Amino acid sequence: MKLFKGGVHPPQRKNTAEMATVAMGVPSVVIIPMVQHLGAPCQPKVKRGDTVKVGQPIGDSDAYVSAPIHSSVSGTVTKAEPLVLTGGKPVMCVEIKPDGLQEVFEGVKPPVVDSRESFLAAIRASGLTGLGGAGFPAHVKLNPPKDAKVDTLVINAAECEPYITSDYRECIENTHGIIEGILQVLKWTGIEKAMIGIENNKPEAVKVLSQAVSGIPSITVHSLPTRYPQGAEKTLIYALTGRQVPSGKLPADVGCIVMNVVSVAFVASYLKTGMPLIKKRVTIDGSAVQNPGNVEVLIGTPIKEVFDFCGGFKSEPKKVIMGGPMMGVSLFSLDLPVLKLNNALLAFDEDESRIPGETACIRCASCVRACPMGLLPYELDRLVNAKKFEEAQKLHILDCVECGCCVYACPAKRLMVQSIRIGKDYLRRNAKK
Amino acid sequence: MENRLSMSSSPHIRGDVSTSRIMLDVLIALVPASLAGVYFFGLHAALTIIICIVSCVLFEYLSRKFLFKRGNTISDLSAAVTGLLLALNLPPALPKWMAIVGCFFAIVVIKQLFGGIGQNFINPALGARVILLVAYGTRMTQWTAPRGFNGADAVTAATPLGILKEGGELPGYLGMFLGNIGGSLGETSALALIIGGIYLLVRKVITWEIPVIYIGTVALLSWVLGPEGIFTGDPLFHILAGGLMIGAIFMATDYTTSPMTRKGAIIFAFGCGLLTVLFRLYTNMPEGVSYAILLMNTAVPLIDRHTVPKRFGGGANA
Repeated sequence: MKLFKGGVHPPQRKNTAEMATVAMGVPSVVIIPMVQHLGAPCQPKVKRGDTVKVGQPIGDSDAYVSAPIHSSVSGTVTKAEPLVLTGGKPVMCVEIKPDGLQEVFEGVKPPVVDSRESFLAAIRASGLTGLGGAGFPAHVKLNPPKDAKVDTLVINAAECEPYITSDYRECIENTHGIIEGILQVLKWTGIEKAMIGIENNKPEAVKVLSQAVSGIPSITVHSLPTRYPQGAEKTLIYALTGRQVPSGKLPADVGCIVMNVVSVAFVASYLKTGMPLIKKRVTIDGSAVQNPGNVEVLIGTPIKEVFDFCGGFKSEPKKVIMGGPMMGVSLFSLDLPVLKLNNALLAFDEDESRIPGETACIRCASCVRACPMGLLPYELDRLVNAKKFEEAQKLHILDCVECGCCVYACPAKRLMVQSIRIGKDYLRRNAKK
Repeated sequence: MENRLSMSSSPHIRGDVSTSRIMLDVLIALVPASLAGVYFFGLHAALTIIICIVSCVLFEYLSRKFLFKRGNTISDLSAAVTGLLLALNLPPALPKWMAIVGCFFAIVVIKQLFGGIGQNFINPALGARVILLVAYGTRMTQWTAPRGFNGADAVTAATPLGILKEGGELPGYLGMFLGNIGGSLGETSALALIIGGIYLLVRKVITWEIPVIYIGTVALLSWVLGPEGIFTGDPLFHILAGGLMIGAIFMATDYTTSPMTRKGAIIFAFGCGLLTVLFRLYTNMPEGVSYAILLMNTAVPLIDRHTVPKRFGGGANA
C-alpha cells in the first residue's frame, strides 16, 4: 500500500460512532438554495404561492455541469428570493412552508435504466452531487472524457475528519445498499472494479463491508492507516492504487472515479424508488451540543431546528461549523439551511472556539513535513503576505488541497492555508482576465 | 440578532504544540548538561548559567520595548534558550561581565536587529561566542580543570583538542564521555548531552538527521584522515572531544538557522561535519564546531533554494 507523505493526527472525537441514525421529521420551514453543487446554478421552477410535493423538482438548469434541486417537503412556496449563504454571495433560494403531510410527487417512480445513457440521465435526475464535500454533480463525474480509460471506482469511506461519523453509520446501517450501488455503477459505466477505502479506526465498518463483498470479486475493501487527510481524493487514490493524480488533472486521468460511500448507496436507493436526494444523514456534535448524534435531516431544514432536535445547546455556541473541524465552513447564522453535501454540523463552546494568535515563524519545518502535497506552506504564506503571487505560483500554490495540515501542525499558529487561499483566489481571478 | 457566532477560515482546530512548549523542551533537554557543568566546574558555572539566562531575557524584553518597539516575546522562552546555550558554550571561569556582553550581542545584535525569532541568519548563541572569542581571545581560551565539588581553587587546564594540537597526555575515553575534562561549561559531558538529545527526539522537537549525520561525518572523516595516513584516525576521540556533541544536538538543530527539508538537513549536517574536521585537522585552531555551524548557517538560504521537495503528482519533472 502506498502511503502519502505528511499528514497530521488530530484528535478523532468519533463520539457519535455508535449512535444509530434518528430521523428528525418535518421542520417548520425549509430553505432550499438553487446552488448546492459545483457548476451552473439552477433556475427556480416554482414561484411564490405554488404548492409542491416531496421529490418534486423545484430547480434545474440547462447547463451540463449542474444538478436539479428537489423539494424535500410537501407544502406551499412562500418565497423565491436571493439569500446570502456561506459563500458570502446571494444565492437564489426557495422557501417552502411544509404542510406536514409529506405527500409524494406523482413523478417519483423508479427510473427505467437499460443503457449507460439512461443510467446517466437517471443519475442527473436524482440530483446526486458528490456527498463527501465538494458537491460535484455525479452524472458528470460518472461520464469521464472518452480518452480517459477508467478502470477503478474508488469508494471513499475513509472519513478522516474528526467528529464526523455519518459515513461510518452508512457502512453499518446500509451495508448492502452500498454494495448494490457499487454493482449498479460498475454495471452501467463498464468500470471493471471497485475499491472501498476505510481508515483503520473503523474496524467494524471494515468487517461488515468485507463480509458483504465476499464472493464479489469486483469489489475489494481496504483498511487504511488513520491519518488525516487520508480521505482526500488524491491521497485516497494513491493509497489504493499507487497512482498519483498529476497536478491540475482529475482522477479520471489516472483511471479512477471517486465516489463517497453515501453517494454510491444513494444510487441504489434511487434506482429502486425514484426518490431524489431530499434528505441527508448529518453528524451533530461539538462541545456545545446537548445530545450529539446522527440525524437524518430533510434538505433545507434550518440548522437551528436540527440542533433543537438534539436537545439544543448545553452552553452558548460560539462557533458553528458545517462539515468537519479541519475543512468545514464556519457559519454566521443558525438560520442557514442543511445542504445536500452536508455531513456534519458542529457547535463549539467558547473554549473550543478559541484559536491562538499567530506568532512569528520559527522555521521548524513542521508544515513542510505535514503537507501531503509536498509543498512549502511557510514559503507560500510568506510570498502571499508579500503579494508575490507569481513566485507563489512557481512554488505550485495552486496544488494546495487546503486540507489545513500545515496550520494544525504549526507551533507558531501561522495562518498558512488561509494565506494560500487568498493567493489561489488572486491567481485564479487574474488568470480569467 | 441572535447570539454572535465567531467565524474563521478552516481549520478550526490547532495542534497542541507551541513555540513556548518547544523552547521549554529544549530547556528541559539541557538540564542534564547544565547539571554536569555545575558538577564538574562548581558553583561558578551555576552563576554563569543564571546570569546568561537572566541577561538574555532582559535584553530581549528591553530591546523590543524601547529599541524596536515591538511586542513582548519573552514568554516564548527562546531568549532563555539562547541564554542557556551561550552559558554552556563559555569557559567556566569567564568573567561574568564578558558573558553579559555576549548575551547583548546574541539577543540585540544577532537576533532582534534581524527581526527577532525566526529571522536571525546565524545561531545567536554561537554568533555571540565567536564575537567573544575575537574580543577576549585570551579569557575565552582559558579552561578550568574539572574538579567536582571537592577541589579548592580552579586550576587552568587544556581541552583534549588543545592537547592534541599542543601535545601532552590525552584523557581517557571514559572521562571524555562523562565530562571529566577541560572545556566549555556544558560541552564536556557527552553522556548528559546525549540524554538531552534522546529527550528531544522522543518529544519530536528534533529529527535524527542533523545530529546523526553530523556526528557520523566527523567520525568517518576523522578516521579516514588520520595522522599516520588514511584510516589511522581516532574517531571516538573526535566525537567525544570539544563542542561536537552540544553542537550537533543543540546548535546545528536550531530551527531558524537550519534547512527546511529533509534533503536540505542532510546536506547541511554533512557540511557541518566536513568543515569541523577540516578546521580541527588542517588549521591552527584546536576546535572548529562553532565556525563550521556558523558557516553552514549562512549557506541555509542557498540549500533551501535547491532542495525544494518533490510535490505530489508532480511527475518526473517536479
